Amino acid sequence: MVNGERARSTTKSGGTTRTANKKPTPRKKATTNRSVANVADPAFVQLLTPDGERVEHPDYTVDFTDQEYRDLYRDLAIVRRLDTEGTTLQRQGQLGIWASLAGQEAAQIGSGRALAAQDMVFPTYREHGVLWTRDIDPIMPFGLFRGIDLGGWDAQKYRFQGYTIVIGAQTLHATGYAMGITKDGKVGTDDGEAVIAYFGDGAISQGDVNEAFIYAAAYDAPVVFFCQNNQYAISVPVHKQAKTPLFKRADGFGFPGVRVDGNDVLATYAVTKEAMDRARHGQGPGLIEAFTYRMGAHTTTDDPTRYRDKSEEEEWRLKDPIARMRGFLEKQQIGDGDFFAAIDAEADEHALDLRERVLSMPEPKPSAIFDHVYPNGSPLLDAERAEFVAYQESFEGSGH
Amino acid sequence: MIKSTIGKGVNLGLRRALEDDPKVLIMGEDIGRLGGVFRVTDSLQKDFGEDRVIDTPLAESGIVGTAIGLAMRGYRPVCEIQFDGFVYPAFDQIVCQLAKMHNRSMGKISLPVVIRIPWGGGIGAVEHHSESPEAYFAHTAGLKVVACSNPNDAYWMMQQAIASDDPIIFFEPKRRYHEKGEIADEGELGAAYPLHKARVAKQGNDCTVIAYGPMVRTCLDAATAAEADGRSLEVIDMRSLSPLDMEPVYDSVRRTGRLVVVHEAPSNVGLGAEIATRVMQECFYSLEAPVLRVTGYNTPYPQSRLEEEYLPDLDRVLDAVDRTFTY
Repeated sequence: MVNGERARSTTKSGGTTRTANKKPTPRKKATTNRSVANVADPAFVQLLTPDGERVEHPDYTVDFTDQEYRDLYRDLAIVRRLDTEGTTLQRQGQLGIWASLAGQEAAQIGSGRALAAQDMVFPTYREHGVLWTRDIDPIMPFGLFRGIDLGGWDAQKYRFQGYTIVIGAQTLHATGYAMGITKDGKVGTDDGEAVIAYFGDGAISQGDVNEAFIYAAAYDAPVVFFCQNNQYAISVPVHKQAKTPLFKRADGFGFPGVRVDGNDVLATYAVTKEAMDRARHGQGPGLIEAFTYRMGAHTTTDDPTRYRDKSEEEEWRLKDPIARMRGFLEKQQIGDGDFFAAIDAEADEHALDLRERVLSMPEPKPSAIFDHVYPNGSPLLDAERAEFVAYQESFEGSGH
Repeated sequence: MIKSTIGKGVNLGLRRALEDDPKVLIMGEDIGRLGGVFRVTDSLQKDFGEDRVIDTPLAESGIVGTAIGLAMRGYRPVCEIQFDGFVYPAFDQIVCQLAKMHNRSMGKISLPVVIRIPWGGGIGAVEHHSESPEAYFAHTAGLKVVACSNPNDAYWMMQQAIASDDPIIFFEPKRRYHEKGEIADEGELGAAYPLHKARVAKQGNDCTVIAYGPMVRTCLDAATAAEADGRSLEVIDMRSLSPLDMEPVYDSVRRTGRLVVVHEAPSNVGLGAEIATRVMQECFYSLEAPVLRVTGYNTPYPQSRLEEEYLPDLDRVLDAVDRTFTY
């Protein structure tokens, strides 16, 4: 597990930025030439190389049992298989749209598994992997993408709020929720509560995200901002929006920021655990930039061939989060061919089960559009609903 | 029964809500030690503490967005937007998040958030301090919108809005903050006049005049002036702008056969258009004249030296009433 004390003391002094500062770049050049290389500066927390080699980091570590390592691999593999099924279902006309998480599995599983049961998640619309870690039936978001419902799972029960489509809006909700945790006196102990807000490299340009940083800092809110920098806001690469590494923005708001290898499930686990524990102990917010790559399209409506090269995709394919975890298990000799075959078979079973259940989702009742507009209802809406129902019923028996 | 003003009525309503429910929070810019730029929250922070009466950073989307998160956590935040024209930075959080969360969550999340907006013109201010944006919010499903016009309503409607589980935009007629009246402060909240009901402010027989917020006073004055000419105007204070309570309007128009709708907001796609359409549908055979509107013009709110020309006043209301008798 994370060495909390060490991590705290070094993070405060900018521990993870030290590596970047070691580069023999003249200071003047670094400040005047705000180049692409700066934004894409590769210095980050890594515990697992792309080859699956376990490496040490001065501030972060993990200590899992063999079974826990295997469980993480299982999470990664099943989540990708389900995601592939989502894309397939859309291509077959069974979903209106699908937002693939392919490539971001380690960022989501690592951070999701680092959460305590009492923590609250505020997701975007791509956090299918985090959703999996909250033991939510993976079919839940498919209602939204099939157009059956608007989400609507029980956020309190699963400690996982609804998918948010307006970019960055949920970071303010997360911050307000975290302010409420402080008001309730639920911080300051090992079983204190904390909040994690997911968003991306595009969202960090939004006013709402910056306001969330301001509010979180002003009220020492127990919220961790988890930015999955997947390098693209649909088509625009991050260096066109940002002239500084994203995690460094935290400095200006007054809380710690760290960049982690987002394709390394062990590292994302370690940094998230540390930041969440700091928050739940009443030490305020944190920003994590998970440096990763969206291997597929933004959504199924997108065409990445219009804005990025195959060679770039190939380069990132070598850093695949699942392949590196597999490499690690093989090197440690805690996962063999039978194990991987069994996981693949289980993932296929999950995908088949998901497909069958998606195809048999009941169609919503038309009058359901009136059901949940107001907690207390509205007489004008009641009248409109009655008209709508009467109109619909006028077709009954006429073959419509 | 106590003597009060509209501003004091809001203050007392907030105070009683804070006393009655520990989950009620007040948040906004300069509402703490200063008591708000209109002093409407005067002394609340002193009496209830910084934890419940919260001076926020100067960021309106942040005020509403964090209020949504606090409401998800079980709190009942009352947000102050300092001036009507400063609500737009929070527009997404209001119309896409606050308004839709209950529906999006299929009824699992309710957001009992009140957004107070000192509103309307007539105070000689610079740009962005005199606007009437109520139609944007009344147009948005999932929001309820109310406006108070007197101290008693300010006191009770504020408490009712806070107690309601619906998200509510609460418009306060800022130029009338100092107008005096009486508050019937005894009694329980449940027995107060319902929040979403219109009220006949003055009975009459010849022409119905509808207003809300600051224009209720203007229309009551017009009714007094009309009496000198032998004309009896019925003035209805709509109070709730979404949902509209149309039954008292229909009852009135069926008797008078004439209707003038008055608001400061521009006419184009405004509340007057909605009210006129509904009246036409329900009272077609009772109407002796087309429904007329007296409103702000379809321009940006003007510089203050011209606002008296821009705003509906007693003469423009009476002129419209006269015109309903020419058909």
